[in-house]
Amino acid sequence: MSNFFEANLPYILAGISVGGQYALIAIGYTMVYGILRLINFAHGDVFMVAGLVMVYTTASMPMFISIPLVIIATVALGFAIERVAYKPLRSAPRMSVMISAIGVSYLLQNCALYFTGGLPQIYPAIPFLSKSITIAGATTKMVTIITPFLTIALVIALVLFINKTKVGMAMRAVSKDFETSQLMGIKINSVISTTFIIGCFLAAIGSLLYFSNYTSVVPTSGGMPGLKAFVAAVFGGIGSIPGAVIGAFIIGICENIIKGLGYTTFSDAFTFVLLIVILLVKPTGIFGEKATDKV
Amino acid sequence: MKKVLAVVLALAMIFSFAACGEEKASAENVVKIGVYEPQSGDNGAGGKQEILGMQYANSVKPTVTVGGTEYKVELVYADNESSNDKAVSAATQLIGAGCSVVLGSYGSGVSIAASDTFGEAGIPAIGVTCTNPQVTEGNDHYFRICFLDPFQGTVHANLAKEKFGAKTAYCLGQLGNDYDQGLINYFSEAAKALGLTVIPESFPEGNSDFTSYLTNAKNAGADVIFAPCSTSYAQLIIEQAAAQGINTPLLASDTWDSNVILAAANGKDLDIEVSTFYQEGANAEFEASFKEWINADSTNLANNGGNDTLAAVSVMGYDAYFVALAAMENAGSVEAADILAALPTTTFTGITGAIQFDAIGDAVRDSAVIKKANTTTESWEFVATQTVK
Repeated sequence: MSNFFEANLPYILAGISVGGQYALIAIGYTMVYGILRLINFAHGDVFMVAGLVMVYTTASMPMFISIPLVIIATVALGFAIERVAYKPLRSAPRMSVMISAIGVSYLLQNCALYFTGGLPQIYPAIPFLSKSITIAGATTKMVTIITPFLTIALVIALVLFINKTKVGMAMRAVSKDFETSQLMGIKINSVISTTFIIGCFLAAIGSLLYFSNYTSVVPTSGGMPGLKAFVAAVFGGIGSIPGAVIGAFIIGICENIIKGLGYTTFSDAFTFVLLIVILLVKPTGIFGEKATDKV
Repeated sequence: MKKVLAVVLALAMIFSFAACGEEKASAENVVKIGVYEPQSGDNGAGGKQEILGMQYANSVKPTVTVGGTEYKVELVYADNESSNDKAVSAATQLIGAGCSVVLGSYGSGVSIAASDTFGEAGIPAIGVTCTNPQVTEGNDHYFRICFLDPFQGTVHANLAKEKFGAKTAYCLGQLGNDYDQGLINYFSEAAKALGLTVIPESFPEGNSDFTSYLTNAKNAGADVIFAPCSTSYAQLIIEQAAAQGINTPLLASDTWDSNVILAAANGKDLDIEVSTFYQEGANAEFEASFKEWINADSTNLANNGGNDTLAAVSVMGYDAYFVALAAMENAGSVEAADILAALPTTTFTGITGAIQFDAIGDAVRDSAVIKKANTTTESWEFVATQTVK
């Protein structure tokens, strides 16, 4: 029994850790969707840019300056994207905003291609996170253990923020009814900006954790994690924060168990089959709000 | 106002295109060599190093005298982005530029994908380090100056058996990559013949989580891991193997012979052995001037991964350039058709040894260099020269 446990623990550890990282990205998707009804396709690429900023800043300054700088830069990027690419389209059809998001996504990828010259960049080792530790016979990096706890702590903080503060209340109001809340005097633009700032802050933390584990950043690095986080958000019920987190953990763990069973080729296919199945069976996801027809 | 601005911008664009058009009127007596290499994507790092070799060769010998006329050699670049989908358009670009002969590519998949395009245009191609047999098989226009995968796979199977006494080998390659899967296939055949158990697994493109694969290898009791994948995945495999405390020897093919790997393995408790074309230190004079050339230009230095460690692919790129020139001299012409006809009989003694082509268009080579990564000094150590009977 202990042998079985020892052999399989690494899969579970990897699953929980990658699940936590997906969760941090998924929150960004789900919050923006909740408020703007927009799937922000550029979010995965913001995550990648956070990774590249870390690579370039650590080359010229100490870690304790570069980490806050990465977070600030990522938040600023998210804020700028919203102001430049989405805000002018506020009254345009929803599809136009989505296309603008796809445009931003490709713009970021191609800018990254230009700056990196297409070569993979090695992510710097963050001393504390990159330390190896051994738990019950399985050796792993410290980051694997920290990720789920940090994710849960951040999510609790976020839920408290949304339920207890005035800005949080404004966010809830906007997500319920965009126009009415505007009529009620809520400053809609600052609420939306706050949403992007929170989403990008979490993506920056996610990138610190993710790239500490998988230490190479390429322009397409944001693609797969972004897509999987999106599936996680849909799975958990898009618009719901706890849903996105639980969805992300389920996807992360299942993926690694499937690899452990020897079906390595199918691990990605599984994620997308899950997406199709959930859309067919329960289109609103596990925790999704029921669609009410307002007549 | 806006309309005026739009018209002005449109005109500005038209004029800039026109300006591009005018540049085409170039000097006489130029022969163009197409450089068909990945400069981005998974194999971008390797492709850039291979190009460096050609650029250095071009700086050493910028002209060729054919039939009494001196031609200036111009390198024309096309980036195939390490992707089979982009291969044909990159190849078409080179054909459109009027290249007489094409060198490349790093990565067998893209070479196979573009082969027909070169063939239809009647342009000969010289593969530099694409080792998959299918590159030259069944066509008359693709040649290559390196050894082949059946040979390389056998070298590794022998290495696993003889040096590591392996009973079980775990193979890891990228799904749908001709190079990875081809090598794993040849390795498996040779290893099974030697009585080893082989467990092959594949990862999808863009994968970055290798922990589960490495755990699979550990749980299967693998004595060696054979991972002939591109360097961007290799970095991740090395990092995650070290993080998980898995120190099963890692065997890999010529792609891993890169300073990217040395940088990733630095300070880690891992045994990494690769097979390659050339061992640094074999020709001191050549290397010294090559390094001087790399160090003189910051772009070259960046393309070589930030230091002046010579990659075997750069040396192969250097030799490939001279093989192309030798073929022109042999043909007595700079026309693609004449070079194509002359290539089978062209011979050249380069830095990596004597090069001549067999009936299929492959270089006659029967030895590979095995080297091991020194994880404290960040350099390659010579292990052996492996020959297969």
